[in-house]
Amino acid sequence: MDAYMPSTTLFVLLLPFIAALFAPALTRLFRHNAAWLLAIVPVVIFWHFATFLPEVSNGEVVTGGYQWIPAFRVNFSWLVDGLSLTFALLISGIGILIVLYSGGYLKGHEHLGRFFSFILMFMGSMLGLVMSDSFLMFFVFWELTSITSFLLIGFDHKREASRRAALQALVVTGGGGLFLLAGLLLIWNVTGISEMSLLLRSHGVLADSPFYVAIFILVLGGAFTKSAQFPLHFWLPNAMEAPTPVSAYLHSATMVKAGVYLLMRLNPVLGGTAAWETVLPIFGGATLIVGTLLAVRQTDLKLMLAYTTVSSLGLLVMLTGFGNEKAVEAAVLYLVAHSMFKGALFMVAGGIDHEAGSRDITRLGGLMSAMPITFAAAFASAFSMAGLPPFFGFLAKEEIYAGLWQPGAWPLFLTLVAIVGNGLMFVIGFAVALKPFLGEKPQGLRDAHDGPVLLWLGPAVLAVASLLTALFSGLTHRLISIPMATAVEGEPVSVYISLIPHIGMPLLLSGITIAFGIVAYRNLERMRAAMAAALAAIGWGPDRGFDQFIRGTVRLSFAVTRVIQTGRMEFYMKVTFLLLIVAILVPMVLFDELPAMPRWPQDISLYEASIMAIAAVGLIAVLYARDRLTAIVSLGIQGFAVALLFMLFGAPDLSFTQFMVETLSVVILALAMTRLRLTPTDHRPVGKLVGDMAISIAGAGAFLLLLLKVIQLPFDLTLPEFFTQYSLSIAHGRNIVNVILVDFRGTDTWGEIAVVMVAGLAILSLIRISVRSSARIAANDPTEEERR
Amino acid sequence: MATSDKEPVDLSVAMVTDPAPLADWLVIAPLVFGMIVGSLLLMVRKDTRLQPYIAIPGLVVLVVIAAALLAHVVISGPVTMTMGRWLPPFGISFTVDILGALLTLTAAIAALAGGIYGAGDVNNSGRRYGFYPFLFLMMVGVSGAFLTGDIFNLYVWFEVLLIASFGLLILGSERGQIDGATKYAFLNLVATTFFLIATGYLYGIFGTLNMADIAIKAKTMEEKAPLVTLLSLYFLAFGMKAAAFPVNFWLPASYHTPRVVVSALFAGLLTKVGVYAFMRVAFVLFPAERDILGWVIASIAAVTMILGAMGALAQTDFRRLLGYLVISGIGIMFAGIALASPDGVSATIFYAVHSMIVMTALYLASGLAARASGGFSIAGSGGIYTTHPFLAAVTLILFFAVSGLPPFSGLWPKVILVKASLDVGAWWLAGAVLLSGFLTTIAVGRVWVLSYWRPAPAGTGDEQDAENLNPLIDYAPLVLLTAIVVALGVFPQQVLELSQTGTEQLLNPIDYIRSVFPSGGEQ
Repeated sequence: MDAYMPSTTLFVLLLPFIAALFAPALTRLFRHNAAWLLAIVPVVIFWHFATFLPEVSNGEVVTGGYQWIPAFRVNFSWLVDGLSLTFALLISGIGILIVLYSGGYLKGHEHLGRFFSFILMFMGSMLGLVMSDSFLMFFVFWELTSITSFLLIGFDHKREASRRAALQALVVTGGGGLFLLAGLLLIWNVTGISEMSLLLRSHGVLADSPFYVAIFILVLGGAFTKSAQFPLHFWLPNAMEAPTPVSAYLHSATMVKAGVYLLMRLNPVLGGTAAWETVLPIFGGATLIVGTLLAVRQTDLKLMLAYTTVSSLGLLVMLTGFGNEKAVEAAVLYLVAHSMFKGALFMVAGGIDHEAGSRDITRLGGLMSAMPITFAAAFASAFSMAGLPPFFGFLAKEEIYAGLWQPGAWPLFLTLVAIVGNGLMFVIGFAVALKPFLGEKPQGLRDAHDGPVLLWLGPAVLAVASLLTALFSGLTHRLISIPMATAVEGEPVSVYISLIPHIGMPLLLSGITIAFGIVAYRNLERMRAAMAAALAAIGWGPDRGFDQFIRGTVRLSFAVTRVIQTGRMEFYMKVTFLLLIVAILVPMVLFDELPAMPRWPQDISLYEASIMAIAAVGLIAVLYARDRLTAIVSLGIQGFAVALLFMLFGAPDLSFTQFMVETLSVVILALAMTRLRLTPTDHRPVGKLVGDMAISIAGAGAFLLLLLKVIQLPFDLTLPEFFTQYSLSIAHGRNIVNVILVDFRGTDTWGEIAVVMVAGLAILSLIRISVRSSARIAANDPTEEERR
Repeated sequence: MATSDKEPVDLSVAMVTDPAPLADWLVIAPLVFGMIVGSLLLMVRKDTRLQPYIAIPGLVVLVVIAAALLAHVVISGPVTMTMGRWLPPFGISFTVDILGALLTLTAAIAALAGGIYGAGDVNNSGRRYGFYPFLFLMMVGVSGAFLTGDIFNLYVWFEVLLIASFGLLILGSERGQIDGATKYAFLNLVATTFFLIATGYLYGIFGTLNMADIAIKAKTMEEKAPLVTLLSLYFLAFGMKAAAFPVNFWLPASYHTPRVVVSALFAGLLTKVGVYAFMRVAFVLFPAERDILGWVIASIAAVTMILGAMGALAQTDFRRLLGYLVISGIGIMFAGIALASPDGVSATIFYAVHSMIVMTALYLASGLAARASGGFSIAGSGGIYTTHPFLAAVTLILFFAVSGLPPFSGLWPKVILVKASLDVGAWWLAGAVLLSGFLTTIAVGRVWVLSYWRPAPAGTGDEQDAENLNPLIDYAPLVLLTAIVVALGVFPQQVLELSQTGTEQLLNPIDYIRSVFPSGGEQ
């Protein structure tokens, strides 16, 4: 790998984001024709990645990158092999068509520039996702596709359904992303590897790890949400609220395949286990059947296609998990085929909607002569979807049956599932491609004709591509299928299926599928009615479940929050002091930090004893005080007694300060009490009284115990000795306390002066409030203020 | 001073005799400068037009000083300057390591954004009653707390920022604010008192207040001192200041009441001081005891982050919702402290930076959104996406950032934290981090869908009614902060590196201690 390539690849990976910045301005200049300019971006990307084809088809793996966050060992690195290259070509190739199609579809829309911007950002994110070698880079782009998908689904933000679908998609796929993140980080922890390319070379490390199951579940959590596996499929049909180019691009051709991509990427290291080969086919098979059955129920073209997308994703997951080489090859072929025919059919549906003004299949008909190009593209794509020659879908379906047709009950069952699923997809494909075009034109349908070139170019090119890739299957296999299947399988494989029919089981099974499809097609109306009745009977689905989940979470949150945040100050204080007691007593007991039993003091003097008695009397008086004023004054007695004790123990400064503070507190509190319109007494019921007493006694006891413990330790006299020694000789002050305040610890005093100044200013504001509003200020009414 | 006492004293046994290098003055510069500008603003209190012209350049200078201080610390390691030139531990030392300097710088940036926004948001009466002086004094308190190396001095700065924040809280003079302010003031005073009492015990045990000195003594202490109990008491005190569950009451009770710019400053600055103080005490002073309490901290962290996110989900008012997101973030930060591994702690530091920026920005955005659509009620407002697309885009970035979605600043600390949790097998803690992110996504997603995407509900005024926002004073602070959010998301390397070096200095505070006691031992 030469030095030139990485920098170009980096530029190409960032190009869509750069273009997204300029898209609104370009659109303002050129209106919808900006599409032609912006389409250059995917063209450049396609061209760049096409140059890798020769190397990759020779079995080479190209890696490159830069250090991104060396402090966390995260690189911005890419991995080009058959798998990522095929995806990159699909993303950019279909991207070209989608950008052009968007210009036609949203012509004249006021936010077209914004739309281009979003879709280019999505393109960049998706490209980054498939190209990522580094785990975290992969996760970043994974979530970016969810975010851009959110913006695009909600593009038509004025409709409630769009907004709901957007949030739903974000919650489901974003939430799945968190699973993925956990899974990737766990892989990183278990293996010490944080790059896909290195992980792929670590054979057996993950499968043998004791954390395999955890990793497996977490990875599936990411893949199944993104790729809409049953029962998490519901967000995808809802995402059809997005404009049709988005449905064609994100929700059929590219983004929803990210989950499949993830499974394929990790297949060599996670696959091959019993869990993998059981869980994937079960979920994939269920998704295939559920998706097709639900598709039958729909009459909206886009919804029919959306549900078949769900089932196609199920088919892909099933094949990826099936565990033999042919099935993997089938998955690869089907993935490519699906991107082409489904992208085209969506664009056809959008074109019909745009021109005829309806997407309802029961209200459409007879458009063949009016829209011949659209019809041709639709018809060809339906052939591919149905698995008929001479289109690429045929090759895929042959390979599916070749893979699944194995001895044993389980393969037989899965083959049946595949037949039913494919048969129903046959039905839907032709229903979408034929019903709007054949028959009589219903009353009230707008006069339609093929749209401008921007509208039909996309489906036409994709239909032709479906044909050409099948006709030149040898080339396709060499450039695309074989390298990709090799990457997924982890070892070299060969793919040789072509349009030339080979007699055998797969062909027979194809025949059965077609026969089943034709029968079903003729009974579509009846099946639709039956499905509708069945669904009405069930009445509940994951979609409603999602709403219930959100509503339930919000309600639970509300209830919990209401319990915690009561709005009552008293409650808050009580909890705080209870926690204080716990915080002191529990560790004290658990970690043997209780004080020793103190000795009863022997040398207590009469003065000291009497002063303490006065303090105690003051406190008892507080408890028995009839009104608040008496209580305040009694509390003052206790304070004065403490001040006297300070005096006796040789701290006149402290004592004097205490006298001042006590006097002022009593005066100020008493004054404040006279101004507050409180009841004169504080009456509490007995239970409350006991509770409050218990809390205060326990709190004081906790502090006391800790204090006892502390004073039982020897006190380090370094500081007091230093202060005594240098207070006069260096700081020139005889009063050590003063010197401490203004010199040794003058900075504290500086801060406290600031506190006094600020407090004064704050009081000024408070006074202003009381002057202005005559209302009761001390409102502590929970219902009024803090809660609603 | 008596002449008879005059005898030659050898100053070098008591004082630092060499003059402090000029660069070291940066240590104290944020405080001195903040105090001077704050006082100046107090003097011109009544000249409401002049105030922003002093305050905003002042805040810019503060950011520059803080940036220079950070650069100084990065280049020369932790720096100590002792006030009054008394030898530590006798004087008050300011000791700055990367953690302190980084948070000071981030706080200064948040304050600058608030100061600019306040020029448009705070009316004349708010200015007359001291918005800008309070702001500067609060910054003095916050920076002092981040920079000091003395635990009692830390308490003083807590007081300064508490009283300044109280001043800001009642600035609007509305009745609803008094209820919030009362709860705020009382509960915070209780917390600060716990802090003070704990420090009293601490002094009783060690006979010193210098944190480096305590760190040395705690390690070599022979007697069985009640250090686990003491740390547990500190945890309660700082947990309250940080608004960790279950002592977070004061935050949801008060953060939605003042002017939005005040809420923004609170969200950016206050709770993180509590987290910082706990980190300092837990890692530098009592690392062994922190190991014992590790699982308690971890459980509190997990509950806080989830209940915070749930609280956000339960709200119908944009500002109340943001208050709960602040709480949720506190849980994330405590998770890293609980893990105490290099990755975990650096994630905490990174997350603190992220949270300061993003929460300030979100409150500012909520203020603009309220002005654009007529209120803070999520259900009652709408149409911002149509009327103010730029504001909508910025808000969306902030929403994703606060949810931890890429490529914004919240992602990396969360990723690192999840990995660090898995490293020690604490899968439930990793799960809690992810779950809280998920719930946050839903909570902010609903705000986006209802207030931004949904067209304005009928009767709340049509598009012409929406206020025009001033591009300079309204948007500039928001753009400044959002640019940082994006930059931290796309290029996290620098801040992550700083967080990691800061973590090293914190977990192994040899350099910190040596900067206080260059000779390596105690006195």
